[in-house]
Amino acid sequence: MAAEETLSSTEYITHHLTHLTVGHGFWSFHVDTLFMSTLLGLLTLGLIYSVSRTSTAGVPGKGQAFVELVVEFIDTSVKEVFHLDRSFLAPLALTIFMWVFMMNAMDLLPLDLPGKIAGLFGLGHWRVVPTADANTTFAMSLTVLGVVLFYSFKAKGAGGFIHELFTAPFGANPVLWIPNFVLNLVELLSKPVSLAMRLFGNMYAGELVFMLIALLGAGFFHLTVGSTVGFFGQIAMGAAWAIFHILIITLQAYIFMVLTVVYSAMATEHH
Amino acid sequence: MEHLPLIAQVQAYTAIALGLIIGLGAIGACIGIGIMGSKFLESAARQPELIPTLQGRMFLLAGLIDAAFLIGVALAMFFAFANPLLAKFG
Repeated sequence: MAAEETLSSTEYITHHLTHLTVGHGFWSFHVDTLFMSTLLGLLTLGLIYSVSRTSTAGVPGKGQAFVELVVEFIDTSVKEVFHLDRSFLAPLALTIFMWVFMMNAMDLLPLDLPGKIAGLFGLGHWRVVPTADANTTFAMSLTVLGVVLFYSFKAKGAGGFIHELFTAPFGANPVLWIPNFVLNLVELLSKPVSLAMRLFGNMYAGELVFMLIALLGAGFFHLTVGSTVGFFGQIAMGAAWAIFHILIITLQAYIFMVLTVVYSAMATEHH
Repeated sequence: MEHLPLIAQVQAYTAIALGLIIGLGAIGACIGIGIMGSKFLESAARQPELIPTLQGRMFLLAGLIDAAFLIGVALAMFFAFANPLLAKFG
């Protein structure tokens, strides 16, 4: 953002809401989302991996204690709900939890900072929160749908799954096949949609509130009573919203993880 | 500029719609959280040893209850700043 140009508030917000896009139409790629999500994934998993390499059986260091805490927490959560072999699901849950948490946590960075850094590289836009992009959340939730279908087929067999698709919950009478199928389809499709939209909505709204708070202090350099009040209001409200947002970030990551596990567990139940 | 009254109309209706989305969503979310919170307090008073378990579940439910409301807020914000209904006017 050049120092000479002045933006209206709408332009400021729409500028901050634009992704760095390559291509157009269906083939547009949000380069900033792709880069940030990959970077954060490698960082998070790389950290856990490096801690696992240097773990000792004796007195643990802080890093090891933290990772053990998280792993045990995830394992307990998975064990409560899922009763088959959890050697695939628990690591998946750990990945989801840590990765979504790190991606969400990018929302706590100062609002104009990523744009300034991207400006140094000559890029016009940079949105740091990958989960505020519906593409990320839908990609993850569609993968979760794939996992749920995998467990359905694994627990019931292909034939059993199709049978249950047409006969649960109302009954095996051929008249009821269509209602059963419609209901099961709605249930199956509503899971990834709600999962994705919940995370996206929370993160998008959070980012937007940060932008609106940033606009409060925008008039500071004109030094009127209103703008000075706005400046201190921005600090206070920004701090309050950031603190509240820490809770939201953790909660949404936890919810995504728990729902993945719960949906997988529900998929292995027989009717 | 001949479309100005029409643009104004679209924006006016959009503004009213945004108010309804956020307001009605807030009513539902707050009443839901209130009911859930009161049940939690009741059960916590009845069985204090279950408070840690129930608290974890309570936060999970709070996230789920808020979901639809926040999706509504996100959509409302989208319409507030990048109204696709105005795209017809170029």
